[in-house]
Amino acid sequence: MALLEVKNLQVRVEEREILHGLTLSVNKGEVHAIMGPNGSGKSTLSHVIAGKPGYEVTGGEILFNGEDLLEMAPDERAAKGVFLAFQYPVEIPGVATMNFLRTALNAQRKARGESEYSTPDFLKKVRAVAGSLNIPQDMLKRGVNVGFSGGEKKRNEILQMALFEPSLCILDEMDSGLDIDALRIAADGVNALRSPERAMVVITHYQRLLDYIVPDFVHVMSRGRVVKSGGKDLALELEASGYAQFEDAV
Amino acid sequence: MNLVLAKTDTGQAVNSVFAVARDRLPGTGSVADIRRQAFEAYERTGLPHRRIEEWKYTDLRALMREVLPLAAAPDAKALKRAADAVKAHAVDKAAKLVLVDGVFAPELSDIAALGRGVTVRTLREVLENEKNDARGDLLITNVSDPMLSLNAALATDGVVVAIADGTALPHPIQLIHVSTAASASSVTRSHVSVGRDSRATLVESFVAAEGAKAYQANDAVILWVGDGAELSQVRLMADAADAVNITSHVYTVGTKTKLNLFNMTSGGHVSRLQGFITLAGEGADLMVNGVNLLKGTQHGDTTMVVDHAVPGCTSREIFRAVVDDRAHSVFQGRIIVRPDAQKTDGKMMTRALLLSDEAEADNKPELEIFADDVTCGHGATAGALDDSLLFYLRARGLPEKEAQALLIQAFVGEAIETIADDGLREAAMLAAERWLEARG
Repeated sequence: MALLEVKNLQVRVEEREILHGLTLSVNKGEVHAIMGPNGSGKSTLSHVIAGKPGYEVTGGEILFNGEDLLEMAPDERAAKGVFLAFQYPVEIPGVATMNFLRTALNAQRKARGESEYSTPDFLKKVRAVAGSLNIPQDMLKRGVNVGFSGGEKKRNEILQMALFEPSLCILDEMDSGLDIDALRIAADGVNALRSPERAMVVITHYQRLLDYIVPDFVHVMSRGRVVKSGGKDLALELEASGYAQFEDAV
Repeated sequence: MNLVLAKTDTGQAVNSVFAVARDRLPGTGSVADIRRQAFEAYERTGLPHRRIEEWKYTDLRALMREVLPLAAAPDAKALKRAADAVKAHAVDKAAKLVLVDGVFAPELSDIAALGRGVTVRTLREVLENEKNDARGDLLITNVSDPMLSLNAALATDGVVVAIADGTALPHPIQLIHVSTAASASSVTRSHVSVGRDSRATLVESFVAAEGAKAYQANDAVILWVGDGAELSQVRLMADAADAVNITSHVYTVGTKTKLNLFNMTSGGHVSRLQGFITLAGEGADLMVNGVNLLKGTQHGDTTMVVDHAVPGCTSREIFRAVVDDRAHSVFQGRIIVRPDAQKTDGKMMTRALLLSDEAEADNKPELEIFADDVTCGHGATAGALDDSLLFYLRARGLPEKEAQALLIQAFVGEAIETIADDGLREAAMLAAERWLEARG
């Protein structure tokens, strides 16, 4: 059974159909890249998987470990192991990062019927992960993402990914707004989390990111569908020829 | 014409209350005259209503309907219930002064713990001391307001606290108002003077004992802060959900004083805290912050008049209201800058968070500036929780109510953080958390 099974998914936002029958299957241990031009529906797909309000699913289904993901609230999906690394992580003034991390982690554990982390265990875990991502302690005391640079926000997303240990990570345009050094740090963090038990879906506009996070499979999206799938070489092909050929193909 | 009729209606209802109460009110002679005049001043409007500009969002004629008879002095059973309430709300290390149903309760207070430099008398004691020619002054202020006039007419007791010059109090003084009565009023009036170069922390708590219901509290605090003194005040109003609480603060502060005032209103069916703060000495530094946490059909009004009477003073106001269900929050802030009060720096910011479609918040900031070299500003916002923040938290595993609670805590936290005393800040945060938990 695939970890994530998207079947003939049709999605509307306000009266406009964005996804017109998208199908995608992701197994444990695999890294899939989804590429495509702006407006092809890449981010919509990530939002619908995570459960963001405002999208109307008019057809198809999403199964996660065989369960109907669309029936679950966003927090239930998180507790089941779905993690979306946001393209634009929001700033939450007044909620200290450390407090947020502990509250979120314990909420997920509670939903799974696991015991809550003790404070020393939690601190130890956060410090270890933060250290490996070059995240200074004082950043953890600040409000969530408040005053963080673009690179710091992305590293904070990866920190959460490492803490929550999800089985499916969706990285939405992780490279946007990052310079090459910040990108390398972020990609190293992601690569460290690759595991046979975990799948990743890397959404990106540019091939560049895939030099750092090398995918097993590449899918090209255009106008709300996957129009071509292949191995990692497909990304290089796209870099040379652009997306225009697929726009015509639809 | 309406006004005259309405005045007669409400006026007479209270007149009988006043007539009934008169004999048991402390103070005779000149004090009784002052009470009668205060009652006449009240009678000119009766309960304030929406056609009185200062009360337009809090129409007591509609919300209160009538002034209830004064509560009887508490008996042993009432004091026992009050003791339980005091225990639950006492602040760590604070010296408690307890008023039960408008009467000072020495057995629940710890005057001995106050230490040197502080004297406490009861309002009753001072008003009844006929050797003191100035005793009637306790019932007079320069503020003209019907509910404050009613307070002067009917005040049964209160505390008169004097902190001597140069006293640094190591622990807070906590004034606890406990109601045990049902369908009765308590009218209290306290005076606090903080001597020159003194430092003090004052906590005020309004609580209901078990069995108290549908009561009305009318409280006034008249406070002076001497030159160079520092005062922190935290007021936690947690009256019964069907109670009325109208409180007036009349504060006058001297040169180079530092004031850090905070109020949290989480109780009461109908409440108003009206502050009249006069910065009367140059270089005074005032911070006055507050939080309203309202649900059900609660109505909570915070009205602050900050009067910059002299040059070079600073005032900062941060208000946060969280309004759920069909509750109604009001914030009226007026900053007055007198003609001579150059180099005034006055700012206020009020924000309301509306948690339901039927929740209502009225924000009315006003600046009255008569000087030309000043920095003044105000801001007001009202809105719902940010959906993008809620989704982010939920995508991280927080259930809806928990995600909301975290954001609400952060929202009110900005005002609560300003409380200087660690223990009191935690107490206020805890009160907010309790409110959020009760929300479910």
